[in-house]
Amino acid sequence: MKGQTRPPVTQETLLTKVAFNVNGKGQELQLDPRTTLLDALREHLHLTGSKKGCDHGQCGACTVIVEGRRINSCLTLAVMQQGARITTIEGLGTPDKLHAMQAAFVKCDGYQCGYCTPGQICSAVAMLDEIKAGVPSHVTADLRAQPQLTAAELRERMSGNLCRCGAYSNMAEAITEVGRTA
Amino acid sequence: MKAFTFERARTPAEAAAAAARTPGSRFIAGGTNLLDLMKLEIETPTHLIDVNGLGLDQIEPTPEGGLRIGALVRNTDLAADERVRRDYGVLSRALVAGASGQLRNMATTAGNLLQRTRCPYFYDTNQPCNKRAPGSGCGAIGGFSRQHAVIGVSEACIATHPSDMAVALRVLDAIVETIRPDGSTRKIAIADFHRLPGDQPQIETVLEAGELITAVTLPKPVGGAHIYYKVRDRASYAFALVSVAAIVQRDGTGRVALGGVAHKPWRVEAAEAEMPRGAQAVAGRLLAGAKPTEENAFKLKLVERAIGAALAEAKEAQP
Repeated sequence: MKGQTRPPVTQETLLTKVAFNVNGKGQELQLDPRTTLLDALREHLHLTGSKKGCDHGQCGACTVIVEGRRINSCLTLAVMQQGARITTIEGLGTPDKLHAMQAAFVKCDGYQCGYCTPGQICSAVAMLDEIKAGVPSHVTADLRAQPQLTAAELRERMSGNLCRCGAYSNMAEAITEVGRTA
Repeated sequence: MKAFTFERARTPAEAAAAAARTPGSRFIAGGTNLLDLMKLEIETPTHLIDVNGLGLDQIEPTPEGGLRIGALVRNTDLAADERVRRDYGVLSRALVAGASGQLRNMATTAGNLLQRTRCPYFYDTNQPCNKRAPGSGCGAIGGFSRQHAVIGVSEACIATHPSDMAVALRVLDAIVETIRPDGSTRKIAIADFHRLPGDQPQIETVLEAGELITAVTLPKPVGGAHIYYKVRDRASYAFALVSVAAIVQRDGTGRVALGGVAHKPWRVEAAEAEMPRGAQAVAGRLLAGAKPTEENAFKLKLVERAIGAALAEAKEAQP
């Protein structure tokens, strides 16, 4: 509450240790607990592929894969990820050895400015795994049946990633291509 | 964001005791709502207790034939659970009608119940808000109130509860299990869990200081067609204008609860006797005594039509 007397918080009491694995490499950091996972990745580990769009979980540009699941890295504290396995766009593939989703985005021209692209790609990769695992969506007609990668499913499941350039149709093409061959 | 200290709790009892010991502390699990509010300095805890390590992440059958859902079960896992999809479809449907894939992967069962309103006057720290700053007034009353509550409102607050999941839990008669700082536990019916705003809209649930949710239990399945019908301004990733959770039996009897219309999931059991008579009769009883604003009076008709749509969908599901 504003105006309430707060106990003094010194730098010493603030710093908190956290260890996690990013793209196959162990990392140990001592952080101000206010540091989001996104800021830890970008500012402390210099992995600037993950982007800060809205910083409020509304745009999806910061999407990374933690323990195989896509999350908004702006809405979790780095210190909450103790022991986690984290994959960012840098860990999915490299310019010499692209992940199938990265290659498909290039092939289908699934972007314009490219700012939302790392989040779109991380989200799409994990989204295909969610369909395989049988996770239903808002447009899944039969809750008991295995969901399929239809156009409606794809759009619903990717609604947490915004693209201000509006390159959605080419992204949908890229994701569909990977989904069909996976 | 205001500075805070951080600890990782190892047991539910330890977490509750730590919360009671440390004034200004908050539990953090998924963090999708709390962290957002902390960035805006609407929430300013001085200490965070990370409860992710408490192991409350299982869904287990109960001796009564129901399910016990751990407080930390993520929204995605709950929606995808085979038993939930089969026996409590309204809950799966409500979960996947809310938020985005990324958020559902983080958000927990307990956190979903405890999320704060998305009233824009609550979010704008330049505006008066009795929920954010008690006694400062309500910007929504007389302001832009299209999204706001139409029933159970007070002169202090017309905010809605934003959860879809909670509306399904209300229609399923779920029970919230908690542990208190002294180690005692209690069970709270979902009907009694959330409060109406009254003159203290800043108090949203009946939880006591330091009390931690450990699980949500569902009674044994009741069968019927399970429908969650949500009306919103865009087709995905938006909060409800109104939503309807319905369980309808073949003979037309059943249960119905509403989201987007009140400070809590809205259910009036007496209204359910009207179900065989159709949507207009049910909506009339559910919304008796409604006090909409000029801007959100359309919700009364929208509720009736949404119930109509839900009942039609139920009929189609079990002809």
